[in-house]
Amino acid sequence: MSSVKDWAAPTPISENRSGLIGKGVDRYEGRLKVTGSAPFAYEVEAPSKPAYGVLIASPIARGVVTSADIAQAQASPGVLLVWTPDNVPAQGERGAKINPRSQRGANPALADRVEHFGQHVGFVVADTLENAKAAAALVRLTYEATPADLIFEDNLAQADQPEGEEDVRVGDFEAAFAGAAVRLDETYVSPLQNHAQMEPCATTAWWDGDHVTVHTSIQMVKGGQHTLAETLMIPSTQVRLITRYIGGGFGGKGQAYDDLTLAALAARALGQPVKVAYTRQQMFQATIHRPAVHMRVRLGAQADGRLDAFALEAVTHCRREAPFTEHAANFARSLYAAPNRLTGHRLVKLDIPAAGPMRAPGEASGMLSLECAMDELAEQLGLDPVELRLRNEPETDPETGKPFSTRQLVRCMTEGAQRFGWDRRNPTPGQVRDGRWLVGLGMAAAIRGNFLLPAKAGVRIDADGTITLRQGMTDIGTGTYTILAQITAETLGVPLSQVKVELGDSDFPPAPGSGGQFGAATAGSAAFAAGMNLRKALAELATGDPNSPLYGDDPELVSFGGGNIAVDNRAEPLDRLVARAAPDGVYVEGAITPAADARDYSQHTYGAHFAEVGVDPDTGEVRLRRMFGVFAAGRILNAKTAMSQITGGMIWGVGTALHEYNEVDPRYGSFIAQDLAGYHVPAHADIVDLSAMFLDEVDDKANPMGIKGVGELGIAGAGAAIANAVYNASGARIRSYPLTPEKVLAALP
Amino acid sequence: MKPFTYERPKDVTSALAMMAEVPGARFLAGGTNLVDLMKLQIEQPTQLVDVSRLPLGEIEETPGGGLRLGAVTTNSQVAADLRVRARYPALAQAILSGASGQLRNKATTAGNLLQRTRCAYFYDTTKPCNKRQPGAGCAAIGGIYANTAVFGASEACIATHPSDMAVAMSALDAQVEIASQDGQSRSLALEDLHRLPGETPHIETNLQPGEMITAVVLPPPAPGGQIYRKARERASYAFAIGSVAVVGGRVALGAVAHKPWRAKVAEQALAGGASPAEAMAAEMAGAQADGHNDFKLKLMARLGAACLTTTGAGDDQ
Ligand SMILES: Cc1cc2nc3c(=O)[nH]c(=O)nc-3n(C[C@H](O)[C@H](O)[C@H](O)COP(=O)(O)OP(=O)(O)OC[C@H]3O[C@@H](n4cnc5c(N)ncnc54)[C@H](O)[C@@H]3O)c2cc1C
Ligand code: SF4
Repeated sequence: MSSVKDWAAPTPISENRSGLIGKGVDRYEGRLKVTGSAPFAYEVEAPSKPAYGVLIASPIARGVVTSADIAQAQASPGVLLVWTPDNVPAQGERGAKINPRSQRGANPALADRVEHFGQHVGFVVADTLENAKAAAALVRLTYEATPADLIFEDNLAQADQPEGEEDVRVGDFEAAFAGAAVRLDETYVSPLQNHAQMEPCATTAWWDGDHVTVHTSIQMVKGGQHTLAETLMIPSTQVRLITRYIGGGFGGKGQAYDDLTLAALAARALGQPVKVAYTRQQMFQATIHRPAVHMRVRLGAQADGRLDAFALEAVTHCRREAPFTEHAANFARSLYAAPNRLTGHRLVKLDIPAAGPMRAPGEASGMLSLECAMDELAEQLGLDPVELRLRNEPETDPETGKPFSTRQLVRCMTEGAQRFGWDRRNPTPGQVRDGRWLVGLGMAAAIRGNFLLPAKAGVRIDADGTITLRQGMTDIGTGTYTILAQITAETLGVPLSQVKVELGDSDFPPAPGSGGQFGAATAGSAAFAAGMNLRKALAELATGDPNSPLYGDDPELVSFGGGNIAVDNRAEPLDRLVARAAPDGVYVEGAITPAADARDYSQHTYGAHFAEVGVDPDTGEVRLRRMFGVFAAGRILNAKTAMSQITGGMIWGVGTALHEYNEVDPRYGSFIAQDLAGYHVPAHADIVDLSAMFLDEVDDKANPMGIKGVGELGIAGAGAAIANAVYNASGARIRSYPLTPEKVLAALP
Repeated sequence: MKPFTYERPKDVTSALAMMAEVPGARFLAGGTNLVDLMKLQIEQPTQLVDVSRLPLGEIEETPGGGLRLGAVTTNSQVAADLRVRARYPALAQAILSGASGQLRNKATTAGNLLQRTRCAYFYDTTKPCNKRQPGAGCAAIGGIYANTAVFGASEACIATHPSDMAVAMSALDAQVEIASQDGQSRSLALEDLHRLPGETPHIETNLQPGEMITAVVLPPPAPGGQIYRKARERASYAFAIGSVAVVGGRVALGAVAHKPWRAKVAEQALAGGASPAEAMAAEMAGAQADGHNDFKLKLMARLGAACLTTTGAGDDQ
């Protein structure tokens, strides 16, 4: 196993001779997407005429399907197959595994036991989507409903420690809090949110003998392949899963859903390709969501602002049968110094759809609490909110004492404050007006963990010089194709136009997929390793080839650049070398594994948000006027895609603060918002002036390229900066997100 | 999908005939509301009579000094018309505050007036709804959807009418021109086009079956300032949670009732010399909140008073 020390040596990436690393090159697949010619899973052309499946959802929240009458549906025009719990083909039991190395268990569809509103209980396939839909309306199911726990707030009393978890304590929080000169004890509530991806879950499936090919929209290639194999009870080698383009995932497509299972089952039963997609409503009711979180923050400080006692306790919810904890307190373990600390989670089990990860799980909800509490404490102490944070900046990880790999939080805050004009903030709320608008400023810190997982990549060079990187990685719209092309081109010293990237196929060397902002570091490091191995193979090829000008040279001295392989001034183009010495091309693989000592460092990405809002005193409407963020997230691979990710994250923060929420109907267990007209995310008009910058950074403890993730950091803390600005503008301190006009108006005098 | 036929008539007479011929036929204009509802199987017409290409797309001066907006003028066209912008700024503001640019390019004047409620339970076909299925019950009563009526609600339905444009037209005293099945035409005050839900929330307007809206006529505007302001949960592309149109001394409120709500009590109070705040307080005294939509009382009182103050309709400017 490697050590982080191995990663400090110079590499083609750190040397960056052709300057591709960091350059804001256009998206690799951009043209295909904007011209509508990138086939997403549902649009993939099947080898023969496909049939179309439609899912039927349960209108009850808990109970059993007692009878199914499918006669009328079966007789409906064009219908090929109607399945209910009565007659759906055998599938692996939930979670069961027969393949020895499966990463995931079976995910059977159409169970007769209903565990949440919107669970699928029927499935119709017909020659057209319209015929399937019409027939689905003719399936008659009866249910026996049983009582269900639906509302989080009503069930807080059953909150329990998540299995296998304990509270984390350092020092004696209770004693220190009781003795603190200044105390704050407030509870903040973040709402249930839906991923609301543009592209719904969708699958096109067909069989070739006993092998199934599925094109589906999933963030984890291997996870999906294994789930389907287990569900179908066949070896994983008989499942090929392809996911070339994904129209938004955000964590919501980290797992397989019923479209995948049923498309594959039906294609087998019919001997014909089958396409299945979720409706917009099913995307809300039958996937996962970010659960609501109640967060109690207690801060005990000395008069100078230094924290003696800090506690964040988070209560959240999950589906009864699908344990998942939103770790809303974890981020705080590494954020501010305080000798006495308490963090922990409690879980309430409900009979609603499953909770699961959504972009920046933990931080996105969690920072909404502490970063407001710090604002409130600063006011109690008569301190500037930036100054309070500076006074609580730790030298080592405040919980573990481990050294930070890099930590530029202080610079993010000070640089941001200066560029934003933070000194113009009037600390007394409600003092600044612009026309009818009350105007205020707010800030918050950002932290998000950085991760590296094991991954592989394969790279080949063909006789025409084309270099093709292949990886079972996904691009969920973040720019993965693009940065992998840049890494490969820079590593091998060729122009970008010479590099092809092929992703999203279970036949390719595996990568863990997109999630937890580990994608670029993980997949990128494997691609880099593969590129380095190809350099080695080509160096050996050239120096061992009597026809090469490099013949007899030391392979260690070979360099790459401008499409050439060279030693000193002897050079030849790569395509000439390969065409002559390896006309079938050269293929190598590379792999990355986390360093043995990686966890000896506290490793995070950091940032600071600054926001200016207007509050309409007539209506309670809040409008963002200006927002600026400064971030430190390792070496930046692509200025353009990194900026899109970080500002996109900040925009999510705006939505979290002001717009996004869903509610469960206490009578039915269904969500009140089920489409994008009712579920509000920021519109263009909500984001008028929002920008960000990255600080220079290389984290040589993170991975061989010194990069870190940027996909989630932008959300962390962003909503709190806005809530703090609302308070500064209007004096309305609202501790329940989002800050809708209804809540703001109620809080205004 | 339930099969339906599609017809594209050349003139109003044949459009009316096509409607009469097939039971369950519906007019199709921009389709931005009807087609969405068809996809959800909430509307299941047997025949669509596409009126969008009928020669009703003009904005004309009327002899009385007003404007006549053809039924299929688009929302974008009306909001951009220089005469509308100069003489009926509240109408242009109302239209531009609604939906999105793309939708307004398709949406028509008549279609906008006849768009259906956005009650969440109306859209969720697993829930009882008297509007979808008379007699089924109303899931909104006792539910958690909060954008409901505070004026004129009934035991059968508490939904609101979602149009912004119609609220401004109400304050402008617009008239709706209607072509009837018998070849006659008639005119209704916009105020009388929509109905309160009563026991028949599925009957939303006073149009007779098969009748067609051919135009909306705007009389010369009442003297005085005009404004339309809309409160909503994001800066654009969201339905109102409360809106106010003021045209001189006329006031209409949106998102508070099953129809654009003409605030007659406020108007009378203003005429009697009340301040904007007093006039709105008088109007809102007649409102009834249900625990979920209480915020609308404070919202409408403040927003209404602010609009009246800006336009100078009250005496405390
Ligand atoms: C996402 C979204 C957001 C929206 N936001 C807003 C908003 O903020 N504010 C707002 O006001 N609106 C909003 N709308 C609604 C939009 O304004 C309406 O959908 C549109 O105005 C309807 O006009 P149309 O021409 O498309 O009507 P259609 O959908 O074609 O028809 C609507 C109804 O009118 C009937 N009809 C049409 N023409 C005639 C006629 N000449 N005579 C008799 N009957 C007729 C049809 O039969 C149908 O019942 C939004 C819509 C969407 C989809
Ligand atoms: S309020 Fe009206 S539209 Fe809404 S559910 Fe009740 S009856 Fe249906």
